[in-house]
Amino acid sequence: MKTFYGTKLPNPLMLGTAQYPSPAMLEKAFRESRAGVATVSLRRESGAGQTFWQMIRDLGVLVLPNTAGCHTVKEAVTTAHMAREVFDTKWIKLELIGHTDSLQPDVFQLVEAARILTDDGFQVFPYTTDDLVVAERLFGAGCEVLMPWGAPIGSGRGLNNEYALRAMRAEFADVPLVIDAGIGLPSHAAHAMELGYDAVLLNTAVARAGDPVAMARAMMLAIEAGQLAHEADPIEARDMAEPSTPVIGKAFLS
Amino acid sequence: MKIVLNGEPREVRAETLSDLLLECGFTGRVATAVNEDFVPSTLRVAHKLTDGDRVEVVAPMQGG
Repeated sequence: MKTFYGTKLPNPLMLGTAQYPSPAMLEKAFRESRAGVATVSLRRESGAGQTFWQMIRDLGVLVLPNTAGCHTVKEAVTTAHMAREVFDTKWIKLELIGHTDSLQPDVFQLVEAARILTDDGFQVFPYTTDDLVVAERLFGAGCEVLMPWGAPIGSGRGLNNEYALRAMRAEFADVPLVIDAGIGLPSHAAHAMELGYDAVLLNTAVARAGDPVAMARAMMLAIEAGQLAHEADPIEARDMAEPSTPVIGKAFLS
Repeated sequence: MKIVLNGEPREVRAETLSDLLLECGFTGRVATAVNEDFVPSTLRVAHKLTDGDRVEVVAPMQGG
């Protein structure tokens, strides 16, 4: 497995911590998933933050703070600075939202913010599209990891554009690539891993499932299956049948 | 003086950011910004507040 700014992940699942029915359910789902990275955020202190933070610390996982909901470079950069101080990590999942309905990243501001943060010592995980030119710009801005969307956040549609994601994987073979957003089912997560992606980041698919604990486990099993399948060099699909049982030696019975 | 704390207008006695956190009972792990600019924890003692300042105090929260 590739390293993420020099850090090796214990496994390819990054799991969000939002939207669970209860903190207890979040903790149980997280443990059941065996995910090695937890995404977290910052919000106005209302009293619940300290208990939450203690629970995340007790999980003993790597923490990836986000800039969720930021719409401007200034806002995202300020949020990143606050996150670095609170969570004591250089990692930042850089989200710069450009469109209200699709929550599509504003890639122009994303590149600008990535440059500012990298220069300031951050290790940026940009939430981006599957655009290869934007990817190049993000590398130019100092990013060493990319997190292209599978589908819009929370949509559960899976990999909307397999062609583009395949092209991205082929183009940047040596770069750690994470499918972030859009995963709804374990088969979607397996699909991402079968394409050769290095990790999957998901949240809603587990948190909003009827049984988040079971879904957390299902996701990890699928991710492991997909990863193993990719390493096992799958066959190419073909249009026509090809008998798997040998034809030679078949008895003449008619 | 009058400030806006996490979006709510407040009348406070504190004159510095660190005193404001004490006065308003923020004891845990928080980060601060004044008028949309990040103020590192090490600078809170020296950071003088002025009337009308917009102060944001944020804490760890669930996120995706």
